[in-house]
Order: sequence, then structure tokens, then C-alpha cells
Amino acid sequence: MAFNKGTRDIYKSELESIRSAGIFKEERIICAPQNAEIDVEFPAGAERKHVINMCANNYLGLSSHPDVVEAARKGLDARGYGMSSVRFICGTQDIHKELEAKLTQFLGTEDTILFPSCMDANAGVFEAILNEQDVMISDRLVHASIVDGMRLCKAQQDTFKHSDMGHLEEKLQLHASARVKLIITDGSFSMDGDLAKLDQIVALAEKYNALVFVDDSHASGFIGKTGRGTHEHCGVVGKIDIITTTLGKALGGASGGCVSGRSELVEMCRQKARPYLFSNTIPPVVVSGANAVLDIIAKTTERRDKLERNTAFWRKGLTEAGLIIKEGETPIVPVMLFNAKLSQDFARELYQEGIYAVGFFFPVVPKGQARIRTQLSAAHDPHHLDKALAAFTKVGAKFGILHKSKQEIIDRFGM
Amino acid sequence: MNMSELKNAILDYVKKEYLEEDDDREVGFDTPLISGGIVDSFSMVSLKRFLETKYKIQIPDAKATPEAFDSVNNIIALLRDFNIQ
Repeated sequence: MAFNKGTRDIYKSELESIRSAGIFKEERIICAPQNAEIDVEFPAGAERKHVINMCANNYLGLSSHPDVVEAARKGLDARGYGMSSVRFICGTQDIHKELEAKLTQFLGTEDTILFPSCMDANAGVFEAILNEQDVMISDRLVHASIVDGMRLCKAQQDTFKHSDMGHLEEKLQLHASARVKLIITDGSFSMDGDLAKLDQIVALAEKYNALVFVDDSHASGFIGKTGRGTHEHCGVVGKIDIITTTLGKALGGASGGCVSGRSELVEMCRQKARPYLFSNTIPPVVVSGANAVLDIIAKTTERRDKLERNTAFWRKGLTEAGLIIKEGETPIVPVMLFNAKLSQDFARELYQEGIYAVGFFFPVVPKGQARIRTQLSAAHDPHHLDKALAAFTKVGAKFGILHKSKQEIIDRFGM
Repeated sequence: MNMSELKNAILDYVKKEYLEEDDDREVGFDTPLISGGIVDSFSMVSLKRFLETKYKIQIPDAKATPEAFDSVNNIIALLRDFNIQ
């Protein structure tokens, strides 16, 4: 047996070092549909607890929406369970084409191609459209899936300081001779909840003849007046050359992603993107649910409007309670605690109060910037947020950090 | 340019290029840049470009390793191969 004691010990030791570094991830078991209120078993085997969920990417509250569930059920009957094929052999149904057309319409682009996930979209897109004559210039805080996709691509790589337009311009000048220059950014940055300055990025792209890539996974469906995304918020719909996004967050939350943008670039992905060519696409049941999601959000902005109200209430409430949050306007609201242990202790106390939120610390966020990332949902009603706010206030008071400055918190708990 | 000026020019570039305004980490000639998380592998290309442009050299990919770029002192050692000192 190749997996002998010696081999096993290698992995045991590696896992032990992850544990001792305090970064061992454990799954919380949710014993209910995804929603504002859930039943959680944590740690595994513990008694189930009914809690308010403040950490899902269920921004529009559509993950368990009855119309979406019903559409998925009907899709299962009408188009079956699986395709047993990649797209270009016999894995494309009419509903896949329907979903691609709806996404194109919603995002205001020229064409769209589905991927099994946005992770796959980001893994496949760069290699499909760029070669060694080109350069990718990315914001330094882009999502890990973009970093992985860039690693798979032969084009030159460079970065600019987070949202620093002066630095981006220097890089565009530095790489002026490249065949294609691609500026790469997240639309909404998932850890800080801030938005890319897409209007300025587009202006620089026009000035230096560059293309713009945006991963709008934490924006599609709710950022912008009608929820189209960060490009709508910044007034540059139609000017983003490539948008990748996910169906695994606001847009139903099941799974799947896409590349949407200039028709030639999308076609290049159909011809060359390996996660598209060598894996099944999204299953019919999920496609059917996603089609219903696109119908719901095309019909009314009611849910993104409610999310906006919830976000404003939550940001104001936390600030007035004396907690430090990252300023912004998105439903990603980090409560800054700075110290890693404090972020874990704070989350544990919140859980005891019936609030489920997770503490993040290095290496997920920079050292000294530990926080609890809260995320709002249109599924939250006022009573959920009232209770959550009371819990944050109570726990904040218990740790003595209300109305304290960053320095005072660091002085007391360390970095 | 003498050795001290050379080292300071590279150190200044590293600070300007890789540290955010609110980043108060101390960076010196021996500070690990890549293994210390100050310069990531993607951003290393800027440093290579800077050296190539400033000193009018071509650093082959085989020599542009994370180890060779891991501190200002390592970079100085690399530049010696190009008779820059």
C-alpha cells in the first residue's frame, strides 16, 4: 500500500501545523435551507442552535425563494438531472442558451458563456484570450480565483496598489508596448466591501488603449440602481470588456458562473477555455432556478432596494453603537477588531447570543486587521437586524471596545 | 553611483512600490521581501522591470528567482553579475 504510515505521517504533520497556526477551517453544519434564520450544528455533534445568519452571500434572499425552488423543481421534470457531457458534445440545452441570453441582457454586454463556477470562469478566461505578447495588470486585492487564473496564463503579470489610479497609470505607461493590456479588478472587494473606481479605470483604459476585466461576484444583482453591478453604479455599462460573475451568491446562490462581455472574447472562451471544454456545465435544475432568478430581478428592484435599506440601517446602527466598521456602501460590512483572538472570541460570544457571523484574520486579511465580516440580505427583516445589533452591542460592551479608537483596542488586545 | 547609493535607490523603490501609505512596516536591506509577504510573485515583475530599465540590463528569467529578489542585499548580489556595483 503506497499510503503507508510514513506517507500518512507527512499529511498528519502538515495538518497539525495548520492547526497550530490557528488557521484550521471547520465546517459549520447548517440543518435548514439557506435563509435569514438557520439551524446550525457547531461543532459537529453539538446541539443544534437557531440563529440569525449574518454571513451568507445570500444578498437578495433568493437562495430559498419559493419561485426559484419551484422553477428548479419544474426544470428537473422538464430537462432532467444531468447532462453526462461537456457543452460542445451534447451538454447544451435550450435552457442554457436562455440563461446566457438573460445574463447578457442583464449585464448589458454583447455575449455570455456559462462556466461551472466563477472560480472556473476566472481560471479559464485569461489563458483563452491572452498570450505572451500581452500583459495583465491587476489590483493587488483581487480574489484568489483571479490570481490562480493569471498563473495559468502566459501573459506578463503586474499589479497596482489597491484602487490606486496613479499607480495603475504608471503601470499602463510601463507596459505601453504590450499587444493587449488587460486591467483586472474585482467590482466589489469581498473582504473590505469597497467598490472599484470603474469610471476612472475605464477612463485610463481608453487613454492607454487597454481592456478592462471586472469580477463582479459580490455586486451582480444588487449594486447599481437596478442591480446590474459595479459598472452600473459607476456609469460605465457597455464599457467593461469582460465581466465574470457568479450564480452562487445573490443570483440564487446555488452554483455556476459566467464570462460576459465582448462577443469575440466570449467566443474565444468557447473555443479555448479549459474549464468550459473539459467539464460539464451547470446542471439543468440549477439553470432553471437561475432563469427564474433573472426573471425576478429583471421585473422589480424591490429586493435590492430592501437590501440597500438594510445596509444603511446596519452601518448606521453599528457606528452609533460605537463599533468601528469599514466605511462604504455595500452590504459587506466588516466590524474591525484588529486582534485575531478577539475576532474569534467575539464571534463565539455572538453565536451564544443567537447571531452567526465569522471572524477573519491573517492570512485571509492582513496582519492587524482581524474583523468580523457581516453581510446583509434582503431576507433580513427589521426584527433580525434589531436583534443582531443588540447582540453586537452587548458583546462589544463585554469586551470593552465600544466607542474606543483603533489604537485603544490594539493597546488593550494587541495586533 | 557608489554601493550605498545603489542600495538606497533600490530600497526607496521597494518602499514606494510595495508599501501602502498606512503601512508602517520597517523595511531594511536584509528584510525578506518575497518570503516576508511584502512583494508577491506577480508584483516581482515591477522590480525586475525597474532594475532592467534603471541599469540598462536584461535579467534572464532563470536568474530572476524569488530568492534573488528576496532582499535588497540579494538584489545587490544579483546586480554584481552584471558588473553593477
